[in-house]
Amino acid sequence: MTDDEDKSPPARARAEFAPAVLAVVALGGSLGAVARWGLVSLFPSAASAWAVLGVNVSGALLMGVLMAAVTEVPSLPRLTRPFLGVGVLGGYTTFSTYTADVLALDRFAALACLVLTPVTALAAVAVGVRGARAVLRR
Amino acid sequence: MTVLLVAFGGALGALLRYLVDRAVQYRFGSDFPWGTFTVNVTGSAVLGLLIGLAPGDGVMAFAATGLCGAFTTYSTLSYDAYRLAVEGTAVRSASYVVGTTVAGLLAGVIGLLAGSAF
Repeated sequence: MTDDEDKSPPARARAEFAPAVLAVVALGGSLGAVARWGLVSLFPSAASAWAVLGVNVSGALLMGVLMAAVTEVPSLPRLTRPFLGVGVLGGYTTFSTYTADVLALDRFAALACLVLTPVTALAAVAVGVRGARAVLRR
Repeated sequence: MTVLLVAFGGALGALLRYLVDRAVQYRFGSDFPWGTFTVNVTGSAVLGLLIGLAPGDGVMAFAATGLCGAFTTYSTLSYDAYRLAVEGTAVRSASYVVGTTVAGLLAGVIGLLAGSAF
């Protein structure tokens, strides 16, 4: 989950729990959650499960792009991943709303949401990683 | 007002997810994302409980949309599943996704039943 895995445990813990890291995780989380809430509230409540599906798939795509970018561009600021990955995208996407929606939807819609979410999100990550890598390696 | 509740819940949820994830990974350190598994399953239980309890709109905006929404994550789940498939095997990746989903749904049902019982 972090780029500090080559360090000794105490040094790693110091880097991972630095106040700046915790601050950008919290700030990013609030921005991501507000973006998700804002987007989902654009849709009628009967369609909110599908809006959440869109949020999760778009967040997965952006996570793929981000992870390719932090690997391909080592000069990116150290807080890029905690802020955008753990904070913004982590706060934007949600697993608990997905499970609650699957449990609340009717049989066919529940099955569609249950299966479509992981399948499309995984495909989106792959597209994000490969697309970003192709662009960044040009 | 709602936007502030969502923002505050989201900040707290993301911070808690990070801390729980790091704590679990330190303890059970492996390439298997047990930390994300833990937050996603417990977050589903808590959201189920909240839905069962059916509190007011303000509590739901803070605790359900903000806190549980940001505590759990689908982007990291998807990326780890992709990483497990690329670096490991498709079976490992699929068992991570299916395992998290089944455990999350069960946790959600237990939370709902517990919340509705009150």
